[in-house]
Amino acid sequence: MKGPVLATAESRRVLEDAPSAIEIEGVSRSFGDFKALDAVSLRIRQGELFSLLGPSGCGKTTLLRIIGGLDLADDGVVRIGGVDARAIPAHKRPVNTVFQSYALFPHLNVRDNVAFGLRMKKVPEREVAARVARALELVQIGGFADRKPLQLSGGQKQRVALARALVNEPQVLLLDEPLGALDLKLRKELQVELLSLQRRLGITFVFVTHDQEEALVLSDRIAVMRAGRIEQLGPAHALYERPRNRFVGSFLGEVNLVEGTVERTAPGEFVAVTALGPLRAETRPGDPAPYGKVTLAIRPEKVRMVTDGTPGENRAQATVEAVIYIGSESHYQLRAGELRFTAYAMNARATSRELREGERVQVELPASALIVLED
Amino acid sequence: MGDPAPAARLRPARREIRFGEALTPLQGLARSALTAGPAIGWVTLFLLLPLLGIVLFSVLTRGPYGELQLPFTFGSYSRLAGFGLFGFDPQYPLIILRSVVLAAGTTAVCLLAAFPLAFFIAGLPGRAKGIALTLVVIPFWTNLLIRTYAWQILFAPDALLTRAAVAVGLAEEGMPLYPSAFAVYVGMLCAYLPFLVLPLYTAVEKIDWSIAEAASDLGADGRRVFRHAILPQVMPGMVAGMILVFVPATGQFVIPDLLGGAKTVLIGNAIQQQFGASRDWPFGSAIALVAMALVLLGLWLQTRTAGKRGEEGLL
Repeated sequence: MKGPVLATAESRRVLEDAPSAIEIEGVSRSFGDFKALDAVSLRIRQGELFSLLGPSGCGKTTLLRIIGGLDLADDGVVRIGGVDARAIPAHKRPVNTVFQSYALFPHLNVRDNVAFGLRMKKVPEREVAARVARALELVQIGGFADRKPLQLSGGQKQRVALARALVNEPQVLLLDEPLGALDLKLRKELQVELLSLQRRLGITFVFVTHDQEEALVLSDRIAVMRAGRIEQLGPAHALYERPRNRFVGSFLGEVNLVEGTVERTAPGEFVAVTALGPLRAETRPGDPAPYGKVTLAIRPEKVRMVTDGTPGENRAQATVEAVIYIGSESHYQLRAGELRFTAYAMNARATSRELREGERVQVELPASALIVLED
Repeated sequence: MGDPAPAARLRPARREIRFGEALTPLQGLARSALTAGPAIGWVTLFLLLPLLGIVLFSVLTRGPYGELQLPFTFGSYSRLAGFGLFGFDPQYPLIILRSVVLAAGTTAVCLLAAFPLAFFIAGLPGRAKGIALTLVVIPFWTNLLIRTYAWQILFAPDALLTRAAVAVGLAEEGMPLYPSAFAVYVGMLCAYLPFLVLPLYTAVEKIDWSIAEAASDLGADGRRVFRHAILPQVMPGMVAGMILVFVPATGQFVIPDLLGGAKTVLIGNAIQQQFGASRDWPFGSAIALVAMALVLLGLWLQTRTAGKRGEEGLL
């Protein structure tokens, strides 16, 4: 395969018809008084790259460990490939794990580390050698076969851990923050490689991360978790474009919130009175019509800044309080009355006039970009 | 002109030697002599010189009254190998063999006891851990002889332990549990267990359990997780502890004497006999040197095999 495969909107597959790789039904797990998982249910499809995303302590790693058999649920059912896995011990499950700390065997060299799983399954030694060599090539670390883990860099260890798991050709590969210990540049490189690898091999990946950008880049679907529960589950873009509540909205990127009261509703749209004046918002087909007090959200990059002064729908006067220049784009902190919010604008044109602090500007919140949150 | 460069201003008038600075060979030698000198002097005075003395004694001849005299001879060594005045007699090779077997047996018994104990202690919560470790070390606070005599009392015909053994059919009514091989090993275990438990515990405490989980994840059952993921991690501590038990146990003779009935001669009492009652210093020196050589040979073999596995040896 030539060149990296990027998860563009087109390349993200909707694998709705795919059979289940993993089914979790009502799984709970407590550690003393701490409820790590609270009746979690989800279905992971075969061949998809599924991410469990959430802050630390949200239960994502516990769920991964329960799938791998390294921890047991207090309650609930885990099925792997349609088979009830509750009574199957970790060493017999058709899944393999890439650990956060890599957990390479320090006394074995790279080749023997990768061969470990095959040797445990008593695969003939000649086949072991061939498969290990192939796995090492796959993660581009063939030249390090005789090194000990101590002689490897973080990125190299990460590749070995990946090869050690993949060589067993698991039904599902579990990855527990595999890139967490690497620096940003290497992390981005490996994200692309992981994705390309997953597309080539077609193995189901379950990926645990607390990095929202990583989850967006890699995932076919994401489950956002908080306090042992799944807050929202869906394709990456759906989660970003239509977060259900404040938590999901602010965990996946930045979000501006505007409180308001619904004044009138019509099919597909409603008008709410807010601190910025009346705002028209479009609802999606099937969404219930909102009533009473609502929280509207809008992503900073959807906020438009208009300087021509013409009045229009969903427009309000604001003052530029601060401008943060970050190269490709600028972030503007705006204030309209008591309300503070943020707008991102691309610095696309060399001549684009930059707004200055203290300048008055008209902002527009497009009706199609306003999201109604549940809380 | 402006001020001279700051570095030039700050340079001290007299040159001093600082850490990390390049030294002339002479300065380096002077510093090494200063720092390592006392230790080297100590070792030379109290280990190297006496050892050389023993080597010298072992090739001298015993005089009529036990004095050391010329000529140089390897007679003591051939006698030790079994070629005495009256033809071949394996008495001394057997003594050495017996001592090695006792030491190996002691090491094995200690190992069997230390493994569960080390894992048990490592699994205790913080405070209990400290108490348990203190309990392991407490026997050290008592004199070895007193501890050993205590076992004699506990193994006496009417002692509680003996009666319990009779009750479950392990001993005969009215018979003491000592002298016996069993009593000897109990005494040895009691004396040497801490030497194995402490280094092993330190290793167990440092185990990276995610490596055990990785092994399990890759298809290893409980036994193979232990063999491939746990054992390699505790190996250095385990081997260090085994050496700490094995080496002194080869020279031990007080415990076998007191609990085994003083019927057997071991390296320890053979040496004591030659330097004491028999007044045959050359022969005693030869036994001591051969015993030391055997221990060193063992350590060297261990280091070589460890080296082949890519691990660090003890030598």
